[in-house]
Amino acid sequence: MSDDRYQLNVQLAQMLKGGVIMDVTNVEQAKIAEEAGAVSVMALERVPSEIRAQGGVARMSAPEMIQAIKESVSIPVMAKARIGHWVEAQLLEALGIDYIDESEVLTPADEECHIDKHAFKIPFVCGARNLGEALRRIAEGAAMIRTKGEAGTGNVVEAVRHMRTMNREIRELQSLPAEEVVPYAKNHGFSMDLAAKVRSLGRLPVVNFAAGGIATPADAALMMQMGCDGVFVGSGIFKSADPARRARAIVEAVANFNDPQKVLAASMNLGEPMPGIEIGTIPETQRMAERGW
Amino acid sequence: MDSPVQIGILALQGGVSEHRQHLAALGVAAREVRTPEALAGLHGLILPGGESTCLSRLLRLTGVGPALLQAYRENGLVLWGTCAGAILLAEEIVGETPHLGLMPITVSRNAFGSQLDSFQGEALVPTVSPKPIPLVFIRAPQIVGTHPPARVLLELDSYIAAVETDQALATVFHPELADDLSFHRYFLRKCGWQPAGAAPDRSRPFLAVR
Repeated sequence: MSDDRYQLNVQLAQMLKGGVIMDVTNVEQAKIAEEAGAVSVMALERVPSEIRAQGGVARMSAPEMIQAIKESVSIPVMAKARIGHWVEAQLLEALGIDYIDESEVLTPADEECHIDKHAFKIPFVCGARNLGEALRRIAEGAAMIRTKGEAGTGNVVEAVRHMRTMNREIRELQSLPAEEVVPYAKNHGFSMDLAAKVRSLGRLPVVNFAAGGIATPADAALMMQMGCDGVFVGSGIFKSADPARRARAIVEAVANFNDPQKVLAASMNLGEPMPGIEIGTIPETQRMAERGW
Repeated sequence: MDSPVQIGILALQGGVSEHRQHLAALGVAAREVRTPEALAGLHGLILPGGESTCLSRLLRLTGVGPALLQAYRENGLVLWGTCAGAILLAEEIVGETPHLGLMPITVSRNAFGSQLDSFQGEALVPTVSPKPIPLVFIRAPQIVGTHPPARVLLELDSYIAAVETDQALATVFHPELADDLSFHRYFLRKCGWQPAGAAPDRSRPFLAVR
């Protein structure tokens, strides 16, 4: 990937700012998402809560399903490849979608390496729990970052933890005297180049969305007030009682995240949200955020 | 602020901070517009890049859409749409219902294809700057037709990339993503801006004689 191409890929993510990216599993859902004002859809066979419930190995979705969704909407389409599975990524690039999510929601294909994203023309978004993880993914060529959160739980606590951690570590890195930057970067596992960039920008050098457990307009506004650039909503919409209404409400809450009256209005009469899961009840081996490094 | 001109950026979704930074580099502090009230007293408003379907829905929902149409018609508000913003301004959209529908142009959405077909280049736009201007196209639309009184500012191979009327400007590329202020300067002039930056420009020849 040339520097110019990487720049264009980062810039597409900039155009998604202030928006909501929604998980959809069929054409009908994709259209509901687009009409509700989603800035992009994530095409996948099973939303994370179903993957969690059904277990087994979760792989890239069937290409014909992704293609059908791509043909049904005018907004950008994303799809997930397994961590380290560069051939799944090659197939998604060949399908001509707009963005690949190298995602911990699927079962990792490699427990040592993530995909070399510089080898691709298509942009990648990757999950991260902290600054080091975010900057390692950026070093590999990710053009957009999202918090991992804990997908499919309807519980925002992990997304909050990951965003808070990133924000805290960015503040720390910025406030360090120059001689302490090298040991800090060494301990957190990232390069001096990227450390310098974060110190001068006071933020990640790419767009950073919240993901993993967002289920209500208030969850979405919470993440925006913490400084995210936008949100991904997975199971939270199409596992709720009234998906179209909830999708519209979350879009409104993200656009007006600093206006409690408007977030309140958006929160009225939405019906039941998706059922939630207490993180402590999930065995550690089944926590998706622990996948990737 | 160097100039009393009041500029707003529609801040419901999309690339808002990029426009704000370009305007700030010209000494203009822009106001973010999320409500009809925030339009009061503005001379110009930028509709940024983003997703036009999302922006259109939020324009209706917040009431900013009808209010900005009114300000355009009754108060002379000058508008500039970049990419998705240009789609919002168009009177006609191929295969879709128009949104604000106030510029006599026809646009075709996602005319180049997916993100894999996004590209950048450079072109001379004589009305806007004597130097070539960098152009960034991201999932860009094309302007495929114009009607008077629209004036074409930039025509590329088989499509039109920039158009203006006295009171509106549409670019299918993203000047806010390029390291160049020409289009922002041009828009500010359309809004009645008297650049304080003109002074250093005039002093240049004295430094440049060698």
